[in-house]
Amino acid sequence: MPFNIYDFTSFTQWIDKSLYDSCTPFWAMIWEMSIIGVVFLAFYAVVGLYLVYAERKICGFIQCRVGPNRVGPYGFFQTIADLIKLLMKELIYIKNADKVLFNIAPFIVIITSFLAIAAIPFAKGLHAIDFDIGVFYLMAVSSMGVIGLLLAGWSSNNKYSLIGAMRSGAQIVSYELSVGLSLVTIVVLAGTMQLSQIVELQRDGWFIFKGHIPAFIAFIIFITAGIAETNRGPFDLAEAESELTAGYHTEYSGIKFAFFFLAEYMNMFIIASIAATVFWGGWMPLHFPGLENFNHFMDFIPPFIWYIGKTAVIIFIMMWFKWTFPRLRIDQLLNLEWKYLLPINLFNVLLMAFIVLKGWELF
Amino acid sequence: MEKILALTSNQIMFIIFSAVIVMFSILTVTTRRILRAATYLLFVLVSTSGIYFMLQYQFLAAVQLTLYAGGIVVLIIFSILLTSHINQKFEAVSWKTIAFGTIASILGIVVCITSILQFQFKASTLAIQEINMKIIGRSLLNYGENGFVLPFEVISILLLAAMIAAIIIAKKVKDTKI
Repeated sequence: MPFNIYDFTSFTQWIDKSLYDSCTPFWAMIWEMSIIGVVFLAFYAVVGLYLVYAERKICGFIQCRVGPNRVGPYGFFQTIADLIKLLMKELIYIKNADKVLFNIAPFIVIITSFLAIAAIPFAKGLHAIDFDIGVFYLMAVSSMGVIGLLLAGWSSNNKYSLIGAMRSGAQIVSYELSVGLSLVTIVVLAGTMQLSQIVELQRDGWFIFKGHIPAFIAFIIFITAGIAETNRGPFDLAEAESELTAGYHTEYSGIKFAFFFLAEYMNMFIIASIAATVFWGGWMPLHFPGLENFNHFMDFIPPFIWYIGKTAVIIFIMMWFKWTFPRLRIDQLLNLEWKYLLPINLFNVLLMAFIVLKGWELF
Repeated sequence: MEKILALTSNQIMFIIFSAVIVMFSILTVTTRRILRAATYLLFVLVSTSGIYFMLQYQFLAAVQLTLYAGGIVVLIIFSILLTSHINQKFEAVSWKTIAFGTIASILGIVVCITSILQFQFKASTLAIQEINMKIIGRSLLNYGENGFVLPFEVISILLLAAMIAAIIIAKKVKDTKI
């Protein structure tokens, strides 16, 4: 078993080969798909639970509280206890709701986040599917999650839910533009949409350093728009507790509510890992041209650790955002997108194209 | 069972996708609740993009997902959310409409199936060519042979005109009278 922590290519190829040797191609493919599915399910459960834990701890820290500290050391098992509680809760059915859509909606939300995570490179060779159009694919599937929210809000037959769904719909549809355009800025710099190649191109310096000013602007816009797209504070008026109870998932209980909750946290994780991959080099260690010893030293840290570390830093920034800024009003939110972010973004793409044409990239 | 296993995985996936498309297409036009119709339409469009993925034409599949599933269906749902109430149901159609509709669709199926069966399908001898983004981008903006720059620009002008028209319609008109 060729297992190498710095390069998973031979390991995944070994699994592939031994499966195809031991059974027919049809069953080998079924096995492969199920293995990947189970790995992602387990990954979802673990990451989702510990993102909630991290959020509560960071929120507590910012608000001068302790946060969860009773279940396990430092409250480490608190979210597991919460999950068990959610699983055992009753699923409430509403009398005048549209039952079919009410039940489908949480699944649409969670499936679209599954589709997105499949294209993200976790380490060298640890990549479920490497599309030629990687970035475009991510934009395509992330544009579908909003359908689940809209259906949930409408089918609950509740005014709070409906208003929440309308708000989140308007918000996501507009901020998608900024997310897309800021990624396009980096695609212009990279010259490719394939995520594995984008990571490989950052071997001699991350894009946020290479593309200097426009890449930095694109990064800030991407983080802002990404937070808005995941309906998180300060842009969380789709579920503004003080005015809308809980927005589109007011009527959901038990495990269906947990699906929305998990999808929200996983979308945050996906946005953070796209930002880490596209701007901060994904699993690529920190390299600077000319500093041979430094680069060699950085190579000793395994790629997976780099990836998780970068994603964790961006997630921390997103949580910091949430607990620092007050919530925006809906008109302020839409003004920010259409009057500021979008024009800046369009100009930024032009600037990046100019810089690439002139060959002014750093390094 | 032997026969089922003899099918390749591609064929099985194709059967699943086409069954989903046919089933949800029928549901889209027969359901009496408007938002359910939009949701079933979403499933049809997503399975169509699944077929494109199966054909290894990822670009078109992603376009299908962004434009139809992420764009048009969201717009449709949004307008339904603004205009209709949850208890609203369409009236049941009369038996005459059902009868004529069935006859028309059966005729359409017959025409399609006979023309498909008469066509001589030949396996292509061309080498499998990967269509990557570079080729698509270059041919979109190419004004030489095999270039599509003219339709591209015409469509962009059309879109610009539509956008300006939408802004004009949505703009508040200043009351000159009163």
